[in-house]
Amino acid sequence: MTNEEIKEYISSLAPSATFDETGEWLNILVDPSALKPLMADLRTDKMQMNYLFCLTCVDFKTHLTMVYHLSATTHRQSIVVKANLNRDTPVIETVCDIWRTAEFLEREVFEMFGVNFTNHPDLRKLILEDDFKGFPLRKDFEDPINMIKL
Amino acid sequence: MELKEKIAGNEPFPGIVHDTPGGGIVVSSFDSIINWARSNSLWPLSFATSCCGIEMMSTASAKYDFSRFGFEVARASPRQADVIIIAGTIVNKMAPVLKRLYDQMADPKYVIAMGACAISGGPFFYNTYSVVKGADHIIPVDVYIPGCPPRPEALLHSLISLQEKIKLGMTREQIRGEFKV
Repeated sequence: MTNEEIKEYISSLAPSATFDETGEWLNILVDPSALKPLMADLRTDKMQMNYLFCLTCVDFKTHLTMVYHLSATTHRQSIVVKANLNRDTPVIETVCDIWRTAEFLEREVFEMFGVNFTNHPDLRKLILEDDFKGFPLRKDFEDPINMIKL
Repeated sequence: MELKEKIAGNEPFPGIVHDTPGGGIVVSSFDSIINWARSNSLWPLSFATSCCGIEMMSTASAKYDFSRFGFEVARASPRQADVIIIAGTIVNKMAPVLKRLYDQMADPKYVIAMGACAISGGPFFYNTYSVVKGADHIIPVDVYIPGCPPRPEALLHSLISLQEKIKLGMTREQIRGEFKV
């Protein structure tokens, strides 16, 4: 599939999606509410995106952006799906019932950025201590005991 | 600087041998013989948390071979180890593990802080929420080796320094008192 075909196909699934082709991969920005059904279609329908090779989050200070890197091992294609979240109450549907690997990746994003994944089966901290306060990968994270401000 | 001279004056074996027909009599003190024995058989714990561990393994292997100096075998159990070489960064989550390993070691036990991370948190990761700024916040350290990572020669030097420290037969506090000007 060419990028044009992918764009057309995704527009038919999620009409609100916007595209960005400046990077290495085709970037698709969708509404957080439209993400879950789109992801399910990407996995099962003709795109066959069977490999979620990166799931992370970016703090842009004004908002958080969830980033999903998907790859189709049969078609040798990769795309990036993004969704902007409200910084104060970041909530998004989990994708770990579509790609099992997302279970741990979402737990990491949960502890580092404070994003809540609804319907996640086991949303606990992954690496940090259980009583850790704050979200260390957010830009406004402060830890005056351990860190000096640069 | 009397202490340094004292260290330099360490004899290969503490005591005086009086030759007698058919043999000899050794005159010494138990303390110094025990310290001499201890210092020449220090078994390190196999404990490494990052890249300094690779350098430590190199020091253990054929090219440098710290068993020439009595650091025979790295022990996988803290209950059989005499010295713990902290080779690498200690993060907050590792801190209780390190403390527990140290507590499980049988006395007398010694600690070497190897490399910048173990001394002060390190050159890379010090300004984070997760790193302990020096292993001596958790357990007392006998010998510090600077470097990132220290060369195997530096580790050998520190091991020999530790032996000299043990042969001296003084506690940490006594040594600190001697160095006070």
